[in-house]
Amino acid sequence: MVGTSSAPAQDPSAAGSASSTPGIRLPGETGIWVLVIGDMVAFAVFFGVFMHSRGSNVVMFDESRRNLHVGYAVVNTVLLLSSSLFVALAVRAYRAANQRLAPRLIVFAAVCGLGFVANKAIEYHDKFENGITFTTNTFYLFFFTITGIHLFHVIIGLIGLAFVWRNTRRPERAPGNLLVIEVGASFWHMVDLLWIIIFPLLYLLR
Amino acid sequence: MEQLFRQRITLVWAGLVLATLLSWQLSSESAFDSTLARALTTFAILGVAMIKVRYVGLDFMEIRHSPRALRIIFDVWMVAVYTELVVLYILG
Repeated sequence: MVGTSSAPAQDPSAAGSASSTPGIRLPGETGIWVLVIGDMVAFAVFFGVFMHSRGSNVVMFDESRRNLHVGYAVVNTVLLLSSSLFVALAVRAYRAANQRLAPRLIVFAAVCGLGFVANKAIEYHDKFENGITFTTNTFYLFFFTITGIHLFHVIIGLIGLAFVWRNTRRPERAPGNLLVIEVGASFWHMVDLLWIIIFPLLYLLR
Repeated sequence: MEQLFRQRITLVWAGLVLATLLSWQLSSESAFDSTLARALTTFAILGVAMIKVRYVGLDFMEIRHSPRALRIIFDVWMVAVYTELVVLYILG
């Protein structure tokens, strides 16, 4: 059951910035979106620098790319996509006053996120074992820097999900709860969004 | 519970996973014997990535129902990144 008939419907304009047009509202609050857009712009610059550098080293970049195991990255992509789905469903469940489902979905999301971290650790370890580090060549400098900074974002996002989880379990329907939940959710989706570009950029382009 | 999973975003997720597998397939070793083939494949793979980004933004991040300013910023970012990557790839 998505919601109970006795729980009052959550006022959508109670949290987030409401606008005068019905159905239009900003999830969370402006600050998180400034962070999200700023982060996306920063990564856009990284992506550009990578592509530019690739231009002068096409053969070496391609050779190095072949040493990457695309399987790791495909699994990671599916893990993050799934975790984003769980988070999005959790936010909707919370808004529908489904007290038990929302936190459970956040746990599923976090498990996927932890899976991503574990998978990355295995992938990095595999590279280090073969003597490949970020000083090996320019491609690997980008590989470890871009995926490393992204990994840092994943870890921050997981900490955020812990707060989201805590708030989804709160029985009181205060607007502040939804705010934290939406802020954490937005950051997590951004982490997924960035990986959606990192994956083909590093692993698939030839 | 089933009602929740029958939501649009679950369908979006399925599409995103399929698109991921499609990109993987596009990039796998096939008859890549021309610069043009490689370039077109690159544009396609990056294009698929942008479409995925768009769905994550519009549906998961709920930008679809956000104030127009955010929707515009998001669209501009996607176009700018796609253009930047394609142009830099061509120039390389």
